[in-house]
Amino acid sequence: MSLANSNTIEPSGPKPRRVTAARIGIYAFLIMAAIFFLLPLAVMILTSMKSMNEIRGGNIFALPTQPTFDYWIKAWSSACTGVTCNGLAPGFFNSVKITVIAVPVSIILSMINGYALSFWRFRGSELMFGLLVFGAFVPFQVLVYPIIFGLSRLGLFGTLPGIIIVHSIFGMPILTLLFRNFFTSLPSELFKAARVDGAGFWRIFFSVMLPMSVPIAIVAVILQVTGIWNDFIFGLVFAGRENLPMTVQLNNIVRTSTGTVEYSTNMAATILTGAVPLIVYFVSGKWFVRGIAAGAVKG
Amino acid sequence: MGKLPAIIGTLPMMIVAIGVFVIGIGFTIVLSFTNVKFFLINISFVGLRQYDILWSTARWVESVKHIWFYGFGHIALCLVGGFLLAVFMDQRIKAEDTFRTIFLYPFALSAVITGLVWQLMLDPIWGFQAFVRSLGFADFSFAPLADGDTALIGMIVASTWNGAGVTMAILLAGLRGVDEEIWKAAKIDGIPTWRTYISIVIPMMRGAVATALVLLVVNVVRTFDIVIAMTGGGPGISTQMPATYVIDNINSRNVGQGMAAATVMLLPIAALILVQFYFRWRASLKGRTT
Repeated sequence: MSLANSNTIEPSGPKPRRVTAARIGIYAFLIMAAIFFLLPLAVMILTSMKSMNEIRGGNIFALPTQPTFDYWIKAWSSACTGVTCNGLAPGFFNSVKITVIAVPVSIILSMINGYALSFWRFRGSELMFGLLVFGAFVPFQVLVYPIIFGLSRLGLFGTLPGIIIVHSIFGMPILTLLFRNFFTSLPSELFKAARVDGAGFWRIFFSVMLPMSVPIAIVAVILQVTGIWNDFIFGLVFAGRENLPMTVQLNNIVRTSTGTVEYSTNMAATILTGAVPLIVYFVSGKWFVRGIAAGAVKG
Repeated sequence: MGKLPAIIGTLPMMIVAIGVFVIGIGFTIVLSFTNVKFFLINISFVGLRQYDILWSTARWVESVKHIWFYGFGHIALCLVGGFLLAVFMDQRIKAEDTFRTIFLYPFALSAVITGLVWQLMLDPIWGFQAFVRSLGFADFSFAPLADGDTALIGMIVASTWNGAGVTMAILLAGLRGVDEEIWKAAKIDGIPTWRTYISIVIPMMRGAVATALVLLVVNVVRTFDIVIAMTGGGPGISTQMPATYVIDNINSRNVGQGMAAATVMLLPIAALILVQFYFRWRASLKGRTT
């Protein structure tokens, strides 16, 4: 969690010697590693642009001779999941719906938690925080049935509000930790001055803390957008048939293949599903690194 | 007075902490001692019977073996690979940001995507094996997913691809937190670089190592998505995991059995938390004496 500001620190390893064999070795190792990390992405993209005939004839690393986006279109709009053949598109829009609501809800709730835990400690607040952080370590599967039970009682199992509640619950530990660490690092004079001026809990939150927490809120948004978009198990269990997110739809499309597996469509569907978090990653750069350092525990 | 809005504002947190985490876990544990099928009707306490069934079910026993093997493999590879990457990244190299971007991007992708793309990469007919054979090495063989004895290795490769970059990022931060003077001192004493890393630097960055290790353990215990995407648990039951056992038992309306398995899944996490408490307690003792 202390990684948050680490990427500004200068390299501190042993001083490099000039251009030596060791130096070449370092780059050789890093480039080999980079190839290992890049190959699957290359395979995903290349395969999605080849026809099945071409895949049969060549190898997975070969460039497509007649690049085509037909399979992207098929994956998006007409690939089959079971009996329906609407492609990934419905899943995409479901994921958008879920993400657009669940991200702000979970962030606002956790921001208030972090703020209260930093400046308005009350009896038992630290205990609550401890229990919450403990929750970050609990395997989801342990809580799946109790939450199915609870949401059914509320009539929310298998609904959009249901899946949003689930994302807010499981996003809360790590986000609260993130915001609490941020607010605790602010000078307490800031809070005291606002108190002296007579501002109360909500007034200080909205007028002082909220505007100051924009940078950390961006980290939280990145964390939540990628986390919720990539979620599979919650969508599978809690979203209900009408709201299945894109990852679940993707898996269904791949599982539905009859006869020979149509890898072109499968890889096109895979790259389309991965596009959102990849774009978030490449656009946000170092912000993302901060986010995963805080949120890697989300798995 | 004054504190009331804070209590109201944190009501959702209290509901989640108590209502979901504490009561939810309690609920799971209590149900593991019952014969509940799916709905809470006509249930009775059956003592430890669900646990007897659990440990005499081949699929569960195998799942536990799998998670140990997979966990050790994945964590060891991530730590060693992540550490090597971090050390090499820390040599004042050019294009550090580019390398970092490349090593980390898999983590932006979901376990489902990781599983699907590696399933193709490791496919005996279409994947890496076929590619190497087409280069003329007709006897080359690397298609772990096709065989139950090696399928977990394929899963380890895929999940390490996904997670090694994060471990690298955490360890690199730890590495850069080590005082530069250490290196000067080691050099003056004529200690070889590799020796300095192993005997001095790694012990000094144990905080980062612990963070990386905790994250890896937590993620291993809940391994589910990648199994579904990559192998569906097969061939046979060779890649089934505790998490898939729990979900499958809930789905097949055998909740009591699933809850017994879920309760067992809590044990490694409980152990982790106890260890953490122990270290905190020891640190607080030290703080008092000095």
